[in-house]
Amino acid sequence: MGDTYSQIVNSGLGKQVAGTLGLPRPSRLRRYTPGGTLIDGPVLVGGHGDAPLAARVRTLLGERGVAVAEAPAADAPSEETLSAVVADLSQVQSPEDLESLRALVGPALKRLGPSSRVVIIGAAPEQATGAAQRAARRALKGITRSIGKEMRAGGTANLVLVADGAIDNADAAVEFLLSGRSAYVSGQVVRVGAGHPSPAADPARPLAGKVAVVTGAARGIGAAIAEVLSRDGATVVCVDIPAAGDALAGVANKVGGTALQADVTAADAGSRILEHCRSRHGGLDIVVHNAGITRDKLLANTDADRWATVVDVNLGSILRMNETLLSDEGIREGGHMVLVSSIAGIAGNRGQANYAASKAGVIGLVDALAADEGVCARGITVNAVAPGFIETEMTGKIPLATREMGRRVNSLAQGGLPVDVAETIAWLSQDANAGVTGNVIRVCGQSLLGA
Amino acid sequence: MTQTRRAAIIGGNRIPFARQNGAYARASDQDMLTATLEGLVARYGLAGERMGEVVAGAVLKHSRDFNLTRETVLGSSLSPATPAYDVQQACGTGLEAAILVANKIALGQVESGIAGGVDTASDAPIAVSEGLRETLLKLNRAKTPQERAKAALGLRPGHLLPAIPQNVEPRTGLSMGEHMAQTAERWGITREAMDELAVASHQNLARAYDEGFFDDLMTSYMGLSKDANLRPDSSLEKLAKLKPVFGDREHGTMTAGNSTPLTDGASLVLLGSDEWAAEHSLPVLAHLVDAETAAVDYVHGDEGLLMAPAYALPRVLERNNMRLQDFDFLEIHEAFAATVLSTLKAWEDEEFCRERLGLDQPIGAIDRSRLNVNGSSLAAGHPFAATGGRIVASLAKMLHAKGKGSRGLISICAAGGQGVMAILEAA
Repeated sequence: MGDTYSQIVNSGLGKQVAGTLGLPRPSRLRRYTPGGTLIDGPVLVGGHGDAPLAARVRTLLGERGVAVAEAPAADAPSEETLSAVVADLSQVQSPEDLESLRALVGPALKRLGPSSRVVIIGAAPEQATGAAQRAARRALKGITRSIGKEMRAGGTANLVLVADGAIDNADAAVEFLLSGRSAYVSGQVVRVGAGHPSPAADPARPLAGKVAVVTGAARGIGAAIAEVLSRDGATVVCVDIPAAGDALAGVANKVGGTALQADVTAADAGSRILEHCRSRHGGLDIVVHNAGITRDKLLANTDADRWATVVDVNLGSILRMNETLLSDEGIREGGHMVLVSSIAGIAGNRGQANYAASKAGVIGLVDALAADEGVCARGITVNAVAPGFIETEMTGKIPLATREMGRRVNSLAQGGLPVDVAETIAWLSQDANAGVTGNVIRVCGQSLLGA
Repeated sequence: MTQTRRAAIIGGNRIPFARQNGAYARASDQDMLTATLEGLVARYGLAGERMGEVVAGAVLKHSRDFNLTRETVLGSSLSPATPAYDVQQACGTGLEAAILVANKIALGQVESGIAGGVDTASDAPIAVSEGLRETLLKLNRAKTPQERAKAALGLRPGHLLPAIPQNVEPRTGLSMGEHMAQTAERWGITREAMDELAVASHQNLARAYDEGFFDDLMTSYMGLSKDANLRPDSSLEKLAKLKPVFGDREHGTMTAGNSTPLTDGASLVLLGSDEWAAEHSLPVLAHLVDAETAAVDYVHGDEGLLMAPAYALPRVLERNNMRLQDFDFLEIHEAFAATVLSTLKAWEDEEFCRERLGLDQPIGAIDRSRLNVNGSSLAAGHPFAATGGRIVASLAKMLHAKGKGSRGLISICAAGGQGVMAILEAA
């Protein structure tokens, strides 16, 4: 599982060789630690026009004890190192207004330290009042993704698109993108809409008092999700098949939760999960549909069984379980559901037509559920994360050349860790994030695949 | 002290049972018991919990494992402030441990406890011979070089042969199987009847797996997620081909197919007061109603080694004002198919019931559809001290599904002419 290349090119001699040859030198990413600071400031905050969100971000940073830097005058550029730039472009009316972004962010890029952040804030293009405004709003996506590719030393760039009237709902998204929780998230668009976010009483334990279910929790990404949800305060019900029972018990005991041995494809899986949560923990707030399998073969060689098994475990089972989990007795009002998709579901992958079918289907399912009247009425958010190349036992078995390729073809030149996927899921499970639903967040270090 | 209360059976956990020198060949008793405890802790969310006590034992036990259960607790996710002790009553160990914990709960001395057992026939304790042991002790006592030389000279090549544990009754020199063969002959148990019981055991256990019955009773271990001994395709034709292994090797009735094999495994049961269960939002499946342990004189008397349960039954029935036929489920441990059949036949026998049990009427026949309905030791295997916990947890779950007030009987025979019995009632 170790990334030997990263170790070599970051060693003394390796650093020189890599520099001479122009080889990519992946940085050690800044990751979240409980009790740590949100980001080691200062953060440059600015924008175009009134920049109403910039004002909110300054308040947020103030509350978190992070220093705010103002844009320096053009004739007196500052050399101070910045940890992030937040640019509020929500008020752009036409393409000429984008110059505000260039003027603010462009010079600041040279002042960014390691694992720095660029967060662009815009308004929803589809709600624009005219062609020029829509074009300008849409342009932010291209700019953000370009900046992501220009970032150095583990830095990321992401875009937050805020819908009309949802200006109060963007704080949790901005905070996530500035924090170490989003270490491996870059080039992404977070769409913030209506909803009734409630900020966490204790920012260190945003999921305190919540009951969360994680399927496929025995190992890999699932185990990391259970650990992060538990760290953030949730009581975690760890679900996996009976054959993974010993590993599952280890995870459940580590996070102080409970283990529920169940095959997600069983007809009664949803009712067993719900019954367990209600009788043992008094209810259900968060569901993470993580369980998944691969049965890779070229489509030409894929038989009906390989096809059906993957589609049913990764997608069909979620539809069946949701009938119970999203019923009136299921997830409580204001709860959250996160589905684990995959970059293969976006970009496709040779030998993974069945897997890609299931993971792309997951995205369709998120679209449908986020628009579902019943789900919306009960204030339940439904989102997906799509991991890129994540260092797990599973990816450790990929042949070396393919594995190295998978690791490097992204803006951070390295694979992500299971915890990176888990952090994004934990963020999507926060009540402070109630305005974010129907999103697919890639945790891929801005992979070139499917971009 | 106030009045007693019935202890609640909340659930259980076991690892799949493996055949000797199979999947768990390199696992120790402590390894298996710890894995079983961790699975139980995870199922019931007990990480960090201080339990009233944990009681377990092993029949085949290394001398280094003198504090096996406490060491297991210390290696688990339970609070290290949880006390523990070992018990041992041969194959009755697991059930007796559950009775002990239930009794403390009944008396209000503890609010919760975990009971069970573990055994390995693979990682067996091998002792040095008696001659070598005596020589080594003499050497240890020797103070002068002369004394040491003298002690060392006492060593003989034969002393170097290790003492391997044997499945033999110390007072008769006969194996359990040989004892059983005598009893089976006395009761005229046929080969066909034994094989039928064995097939039923395999089929019932296989069906229980298919129904997911064990999903919340078992935790996979070392790659096993089902009992390795289970033969779902077992049939009378296949069993009929096996040669007798006990008693008359030509015309005998007992084969490897209708006797339990040596097995490795562990099981544990979670018990508590109703209040403790409610406080922890845990289900109460059943209560332990009563228990009785009997022993027979198989050495000088003329009773069979494994017939003690036959004697325990009338005592516990009388105390509870019940008939054998009142039970919804009967769990009679299948040490051998012949054990179950001899015991059932004895209970039907007027002379035995009158002469040996002092009853006016025979106890009578049972409805065989209530016997070992989800399989028993012939199919699952029988790691000696682990059988009690396996049965208690399974029966409690079956009774709970059957409905409040339903009752089940557990009968386990044990070496030394002993038999442990318990009554459970669905909550």
